[in-house]
Order: sequence, then structure tokens, then C-alpha cells
Amino acid sequence: MAIELLPEPSIPIASPLRPRFGFFTSSPIIAVASLCLLLIIVMAILAPWIAPHDPMQLLPAQRLKPSSEKFLLGTDAYGRDVLSRIIYGGRISLLIGFGATVVSIAFGLLIGLFSGFFRWVDAILMRIMDGVMAIPSILLAIAVVSLSGASVATVLIAITIPEIPRVARLVRSVVLSAREEPYVEAAISVGSGLPKIMWRHLLPNTIAPLIVQGTNFCASAILTEAILSFLGAGISPETPTWGNIMAEGRAFFQVKPSLIFWPGLLLSIAILSVNLIGDAARDALDPRMKQREGGK
Amino acid sequence: MTAPVLDITDLVVSLGRDTNAPRIIDGVSVSVYERETLCLVGESGSGKSVTSLTVMGLLQKNALSPRAGSVKLVGEELLTASDRRLRQLRATRMAMIFQEPMTALNPVLPVGRQIDEVLRAHTSLDARSRKKRILDMMEQVRLPQVERIFASYPHRLSGGQRQRIMIAMALVLEPKLLIADEPTTALDVTTQKQILTLIRDLQRDHGTAVLFITHDMGVVAEIADRVAVMRNGRLVETGSLDTILRQPAMEYTRNLLSSVPSLVPRAPRAETTEPVVLEANALGKIYRERSLLGATREIAAADNVTLTLRKGRTLGIVGESGSGKSTVARCIVRLIDPTSGGVRLVGREISHLSRRLLQPHRKRIQIIFQDPYRSLNPRVTVGESIAEGPINYGMPRPQALAKARELLELVDLPPDAISRYPHQFSGGQRQRIAIARALALDPDVLVADEAVSALDVSVQAQVLELLDEIQKRLGVALLFITHDLRVAAQICDDVAVMQHGRIVEQGPAAEVLTHPQQAYTRTLLDAAPGRGWDFANFRPVAATAAE
Repeated sequence: MAIELLPEPSIPIASPLRPRFGFFTSSPIIAVASLCLLLIIVMAILAPWIAPHDPMQLLPAQRLKPSSEKFLLGTDAYGRDVLSRIIYGGRISLLIGFGATVVSIAFGLLIGLFSGFFRWVDAILMRIMDGVMAIPSILLAIAVVSLSGASVATVLIAITIPEIPRVARLVRSVVLSAREEPYVEAAISVGSGLPKIMWRHLLPNTIAPLIVQGTNFCASAILTEAILSFLGAGISPETPTWGNIMAEGRAFFQVKPSLIFWPGLLLSIAILSVNLIGDAARDALDPRMKQREGGK
Repeated sequence: MTAPVLDITDLVVSLGRDTNAPRIIDGVSVSVYERETLCLVGESGSGKSVTSLTVMGLLQKNALSPRAGSVKLVGEELLTASDRRLRQLRATRMAMIFQEPMTALNPVLPVGRQIDEVLRAHTSLDARSRKKRILDMMEQVRLPQVERIFASYPHRLSGGQRQRIMIAMALVLEPKLLIADEPTTALDVTTQKQILTLIRDLQRDHGTAVLFITHDMGVVAEIADRVAVMRNGRLVETGSLDTILRQPAMEYTRNLLSSVPSLVPRAPRAETTEPVVLEANALGKIYRERSLLGATREIAAADNVTLTLRKGRTLGIVGESGSGKSTVARCIVRLIDPTSGGVRLVGREISHLSRRLLQPHRKRIQIIFQDPYRSLNPRVTVGESIAEGPINYGMPRPQALAKARELLELVDLPPDAISRYPHQFSGGQRQRIAIARALALDPDVLVADEAVSALDVSVQAQVLELLDEIQKRLGVALLFITHDLRVAAQICDDVAVMQHGRIVEQGPAAEVLTHPQQAYTRTLLDAAPGRGWDFANFRPVAATAAE
């Protein structure tokens, strides 16, 4: 068999940890998802400038009004403008979704890497993680919130803590199998130190499962915040979050279903976009997937 | 002549459903007659497995589809047969055994039940006569204590026993055609020999037609009546065993045969007085297993292993799986820590050094692994992989990358391979990259752990040649671990034969492989498939050489 190289892939990647972000436009679905997410984020950031009304302003005379020129999506049970509340609600919901994901992955990754690599740390760290996992997450959240009062920060912490063991276990299992790979042994035998082995040979393996886990968790964190608000253990009801709006709207579902429909729609679009982008990013980070796409 | 049991004519299988999709199988015609074994030979990617899967109707729907030609089993067309009809035909008319007996059996069912499933699906026998028939079949495949094995789960059985179960399952309904897809590739040579004999005997008793797929010319010489050589989805040539081995008509077949390393050891190189670079003294590795009640079970993976390797020489460690040859290699490279004994590397004892103290010595000994697909990090470019070692030992990055470029040239790869990823290379090329990485630190000793076992013979021959050339140019000592006596005969100066963690025989390759002193070495040599043939010279081995 002659020595001949397989064809060069169309898009070379600079580094496994720094993909070219050309993948945002690589397929129409990803482009649409990126655009949707971008619009939602921009909407949340620019909320004070684009919201037509003050989301907290109570107008008892205008309760449960249908859509009109003044209130584009009508008003809720206290006469507040639903559109403004949805626009503002995006701020807290997205902050909690992304914030909880980033923080839990940061801690979980660190714990998972260490316990996967150092067997003696493993026994201690994993027992602690088991302990944390044994506490029901909603219960933990209620406890944290009632101890230190409801604020965005406490809700964020309450949602993040139960997720850390899950991330840590995921990373640990990936590291445990990856460290047996011959290329890790090869790195040991060419004299690579621990930090290099971890950073270069183990960490990249965790990215794909973490992105999947992270995008799922991002969605569920937004929902958990809504649940906490609904139970009265979350951010106070007058603060608009998508969860709060839906929780309140539930009581008036038959009179005014749009109270649940619009924030629910935005929530679904946001979560779907995050998931789609997550999948695409996972594929883009793996040089092997590139070739398969090229082969099509 | 009677009609063929299996008749494949002008078969075309293509990838996907487009009319101009690439053809995986392109115009293949073969037929297999009753009481005959046809060996389908080819290197990986030649389409031999796809051919067999097409016959069984097991092609992945939508991914691979037969486009033209016909496949007839005892006169019945299979390509157009309904799924229902194919299900009836499988096991009753045609059956298949696979390469990996570990994964082909369901781990959560006793093996007897798994054979029973075949009978229940295709016969109306009652439970007692089914069991009687299964036990009878298990005896025919020469399993011991059939009653016990009937109720055993697959993990209780050895690889050879599992493959016997697979054969029993395939033959229990006396099919006309048996397709065997590399059935002995995953087995040790001694087990392989038994399974090959078994298949031949059963074929004689039952008159089955056998389509035997293999990449191993040795196996072909053992079992084939006729041979069909495949390459890139096309049939190269078909002929009787003798014709193919003695007078192959096509250039490709000639090349394939001449790549098969000979069992006759190469001419010994002159003894040297070069300095000893690697010594293992009474090396031992004991794994301790503590059970729940505190009783400790000790397994000696390596016991009292003593080896000496001089500069520029090659020492082979041969043995079957589980003989401890890889354990020894890993202890020597210090990927695992030996429990007793010592390793001297260039005069310096390294077996008890801590990780930190070992660091300066690591670069003197480098290892090449078996699986070229897993020994390179898929997310790191080839250049970075090769340069990693020199950078670890303080070489500036640009210089290390320049060295990587040089090394790639040394292993016959284009220097621009440096910026590509491992998946863009074939298995043989990846193994060259792994060799370049190992050489980047200018080691004194290179350990090759089954480094050519996963490669096709022609690629294997090239890599062996490369190793030989590198040794001549750089004077590196080579510790070559292999299960393949043919490879050992062609590359080693000295050979150590291992069994159950111990060295049973050690000496110059020419001595050990032609006049073995120990019974175990003789068994290994006898079991080597095709030992009667000198493939490269297209003739049987002269009586003196192998015996």
C-alpha cells in the first residue's frame, strides 16, 4: 500500500480549545439559533431602553386587559404591562441560567479533574459529593434562601450547589477512562508533567460531555428558578422573571392564556437555541467530526 | 460438478443510495461448493466483510446497499428476499461466526439458553429434545463438561470456549453455508489451531460449505481449498490453494504473499561487544486482589524476569496473551511499578526512583504502543505530539518543531504532515508518527509493545523495515514485544519466550525458533498457522527449517 495522505479537511482548526467561530454560520439551523439567542440577550441587556412601561408599575384599573396599542401583550392580574415584564424577566432568567452553568462547571471541572487523577483525593472528594447529592436540590435551595434571604445571588448559589457533584462525577468518569488511553501513557513516557497531561490530554476529552451537560443544565436552571419563585422560595414575586410571570399566570390560565404562552415561548426558544449551539460547538471542537462532515 | 451452495455474481454494493455513490464492492463473483472452504483474503478495507454481510442480509440499511448482481443460496436469490424469508434462512440455511467471541455472546444469558434461542425460533421441538440436541452439538465442538457449560454465563468461559459456543450455535441447525468472519483473529495461536481443526472436522462430517474470511495467509494455508483475493472491493484473483500460493497470477497477490514474514529466522547478525543499555534483574510484578473477607489472592503477572539488551540489538519477548510480556514492558518503561527486582538503564538503576527523580531518565527509554488509533491524542496536531517530549526536556519550541519535521522525514512522511491531525492518517502512517515521537528524545532503548500487530501485512512489512533501518542508523536498542513468531523471526537477534509470567526459554532467535529446547516453545511453533509454507518464495518450507 503506497504512503498517501488523506485529503486535507476544508477547515483547519487552530487549536482544540480555540475553535474558529465560523461554525455559527456553518448551517442554517445554527445561524437561526445563534440569531435567536443573540436577540434574546440583546433584549435582556437593553431592557430599560426598549421596555414600553415600568415592569413594576401597578395599575389596578387595568387588570387582565387584552392586547391593545398601549399594552401590546395586555396586562396581568395587577395591571402590569406583560411585554415589559417579559423583557425585564429575560435579564434574571438568563443571568441565572448562564451564571449557574458557568459556576457549577468551573467547580465541578476542578473537583472532577483532581479526583479523577489523584486516587487518594478521590475517596475524600467523592464522598463529599455523594453527601451533597443526597440532599434534594429544591429543599437545599429553600434552606439556603430562608437562611440568607431571597436575592438573585442566593438563588444562584442554591441552584448551583446541587449541580456541582453531577459535573464532578461526569468529569471524573471521563478522566478515569481517558487516563488509561495509550496517548496519555505516551505523554507520561515522553516526560510530560502533570499540569501538561491534564491540560492537554485530559481536559479536551471532558469538553464534549460538559457542553451537553451544560446546555441541559442551563435550561433546567432557568426552570428551577421558576419553580423556586412559584413555591415562594425564590426571587420575590414583584421582580419579573420568566418563571415568576408563568407562575402567576397559571392562576389565570383560562382567562388569559397568553400570560403563560409568551414567556414560555421565549423560554423554549432560548433553551432550544442554547442546546443547538451546544451540539454544534461540541462537534466543532472535535477534529474527528470535521472530517466526517467533509466526507459527506 | 454440483451446483454451488453460494453463488455470488457481479455483486455491486455502494455507499448510500445515489447512482454514482462510491462502490464498496465492485463486480465481485465467487461461488462456494458443498464440502469446500473458500477463503476470502484481503487487507483491511478490501470489502471482504461487506461481502459476507451482504450474503447474510446484515448490511446497514440506507448506509450500504446492493445495487447490482445476484447472491444465490442453493439457487434462491437473497438480494430480493423479504426480511421474513431472510430470517428463516439464517441459522437454517446459512450461519455466521464473528471475530470477537467476547462481544458476540449476550453476557446476561447462560450460553445454553442462547443456543436454545436458535432452536426455539426455527424448530418445533420440545424442551427436552432441544436440550439433548444442544448438548450433542456442544460435544461435537469438543467442549468439556457440557452440562456445566450449558448453564454457564459467557464470562466464565475462555475465548476459545466462547468461539466453540458460537460455532455450536451456528451449526446446530446444520446450515448449508457457514460464513466465518476472522473467527480466530482474536485468539491465541494454540487456540486458533484447535478452532481451525474443529471447523475443518465439522465441515467434513456435515458437508457444510464454508466461506472463511481472513487477512492471515497462514490461516489460509491451513484451511482453504480455494482462495479468492480481494482488494479495494474488487476480486483480484481466484484459484485453488496450491495455485495461489505457488503461482499467483497477479502482481498484488505476489506482493501480499511476499509481505508475509517467514518463520525461518533471518540470518543472525554478528555478536557485538557494544555496551549493555538495558538490564532487567529478576523483575517481578504481583497484583494483589483483596476479597471482602480479607483473604488476599496474589497474581504474579511477571516473575523473575531477567533480560539483557545491548546497544543496537533487538530482543524479542514472545508469548500468548496473559503471558506477562506487556507487563514486563510496562515495568521497564515504568508506566507501572515493579514489585520486585530491578531495571538498569544505561548503568543506572531506575526501578525504585520516584516520579521526580525518574524524569531525567525517562527520555532514554521510549515506548511504541499497539493501537495506532489510540496512541496519538486525536486533538493534538502531529507536530505538537512529536515535539512534546523535546519541549519537556527544555528544547525551545521552534527548534522542537524543526526536529519533528526532520523526524517525519526519517519515518518517510511528508514534513507538512506536522500541522495535521492524527485522523488524517492511515494506521500504518500513525504508527510511523508514533515511532517519530518515540525517537524525538534520542532514546537509547525503544520498546515496541505489539507495535505492528494491528497493521496489515504489507504495512507491517514496511514498518518493520523502517524499524530496522532506524536501528542501523541510530544504533538504538529495540525491545520488541510480539505474539507473532513470524515477526519475531524477522526482526529479533535474541528471543525470550514467556508463559504465565515467567521466561521459559531465552537465546539467539535462530536457536530458539529452529531448535526449541522447551515443550512450550515447540507447541507455540507448531501452532503457528501456515508453518509449512514459505510464502515469500512461493513454495513449501524445506523440511529442515521448521521442524
